[in-house]
Amino acid sequence: MAIDKETVDYVAHLARIDLKSEESDKLAGQLKDILGFIDKLANLDTKDIPPTSHILPINNILRQDTLKESLPIERTIENAPEKNGNFFVVPKIIE
Amino acid sequence: MDRTEKLNTLTANALLDKLNQREISCDNILSALNERISQVDPKVKAYVRTGTVPFKTTDDLALRGQSPLPLTGIPISIKDNICTEGNNTECCSKILEGFKPPYDATVISKLKKSGVHIFETKLNMDEFAFGSSTENSCFGATHNPWDLECVPGGSSGGSAAAVAADEAIWALGSDTGGSIRQPASFCGVVGLKPTYGRVSRYGLIAFASSLDQIGTLTKDVRDCALLMNIISGHDPYDSTSVDAPVPDYSQSLTGDIKGIKVGVPKEYFVKGMDAEVKTIVEEAIKKLETLGVRQSQVSLPHTEYAVPVYYILATAEASSNLARFDGVQYGLRKKSGGDNAMIGMYKKTRGEGFGEETKRRILLGTFALSHGYYDAYYLRALKVRTLIKQDFDRVFADFDCIVTPTSPTPAFKIGERAQDPLSMYLSDIYTISVNLAGIPAISIPCGFTKKGLPVGLQILARPFSEEAILRVAHAYEQATEWHKMRPNL
Repeated sequence: MAIDKETVDYVAHLARIDLKSEESDKLAGQLKDILGFIDKLANLDTKDIPPTSHILPINNILRQDTLKESLPIERTIENAPEKNGNFFVVPKIIE
Repeated sequence: MDRTEKLNTLTANALLDKLNQREISCDNILSALNERISQVDPKVKAYVRTGTVPFKTTDDLALRGQSPLPLTGIPISIKDNICTEGNNTECCSKILEGFKPPYDATVISKLKKSGVHIFETKLNMDEFAFGSSTENSCFGATHNPWDLECVPGGSSGGSAAAVAADEAIWALGSDTGGSIRQPASFCGVVGLKPTYGRVSRYGLIAFASSLDQIGTLTKDVRDCALLMNIISGHDPYDSTSVDAPVPDYSQSLTGDIKGIKVGVPKEYFVKGMDAEVKTIVEEAIKKLETLGVRQSQVSLPHTEYAVPVYYILATAEASSNLARFDGVQYGLRKKSGGDNAMIGMYKKTRGEGFGEETKRRILLGTFALSHGYYDAYYLRALKVRTLIKQDFDRVFADFDCIVTPTSPTPAFKIGERAQDPLSMYLSDIYTISVNLAGIPAISIPCGFTKKGLPVGLQILARPFSEEAILRVAHAYEQATEWHKMRPNL
């Protein structure tokens, strides 16, 4: 799989990361090497193999829907870089 | 003073005996550790923000009182990705600078309930646990106590180095692809990655949720068993933790391993492996035979696919887990102008806040999950994960344990692999399969190279068979002196 600078910039946009031009150049080369190595997976016939997304046989975990104590709002919000009362402040989204 | 007299060099079990005999106070232990840290940490840099005093001596610890908790007075040091209420927990990343969790991880609550004293200053690691050398930290690299020019391994390099350098009695780390066992091997200490689900991950800042597990770094196997007794067990806050009884792991250290069947996978002794490591590990396996285990060669045919599978699945999960670092709820925020100030803020914050390896992994994971590549990469990797797990199931049908080297080489030089991500990824070749299969594994010291670098022996077992691992590891430890060796600093 060929990965070039344009692909890196597109994926960086999807991942919401600003890259400097020299960063995307370097990453394109490195990701190409890494994906080249990963491509050996294509050598295996996996047609009839089921995927494993969880290693243990765990089913849905249910619990009683009862009220329990939780962290007070002021504690949950205390690490926010910008806040107003009990709210996180973000840049304007809706005009 | 003879080094055996220094309290910071003792195991938790040895300190408990002295505390119970009233030979020492809790403050004696803390003072010994503080002195050692101020002496050697400027060289080793195992703790983040060295120069600050990691341990506060506290009045309530000065006396154990009439009815102390089982471990009152024993201190522990914690990796920077496990939440401790009110103390900086930053994953050694600029993007989490200043983050003080409003709650304790479940393992921390359990330790506190046993009376264990939690060190405030955290242990160094690769940013978000992405790495095998502890060079990818916003606080700078940790140095291997056995050779300061070498890496301590990673990502729990600070944890392993602190225990090896007697700057910590014992420590917690996390292991997603070898991050406890490989540094334990490089630093000559005992490192256990428990079965997936054995220990709650609540409060562990997530890297790859289907692979992550909190585990122990200790000076010997007996301490490993004691720490596992405290941190194991079901937690309603982690739906992947397993509701199964926790045995008393200390009871498994019987010293008797006669008749235990051990498999040695042929795929782990191949080209690319350091010749000295090979000889030392083969000697260790012979030693186990003289202690009564029955060993034979086995095959794990999909071993060569473990690293590629891992770097798809781990990065895909990481790209999703790290989406939460967006400048809104915690950590760094960088403002941006332009038409879309919100997206601009996300991009700028993440562009400046994440380090090089973190960006590389997020991009690789995002790519593997992106439209048009999902089937070729992510889905295929999930299928090959099944094949890797089946390899282990087949061997464990006939064998109690598998024994391998922990790493193909001893500790490498700082900077040697930093510019070549692929060669760094390959240093985890013997540890990664364990996480993919969800099984437990330990690394214990089994010898030294001619240059004086430690080598680790890895012991694997079936899911929830930590007892078998500890039993074999302890018997080997009793018959050897490697775990008593300490670096000259």
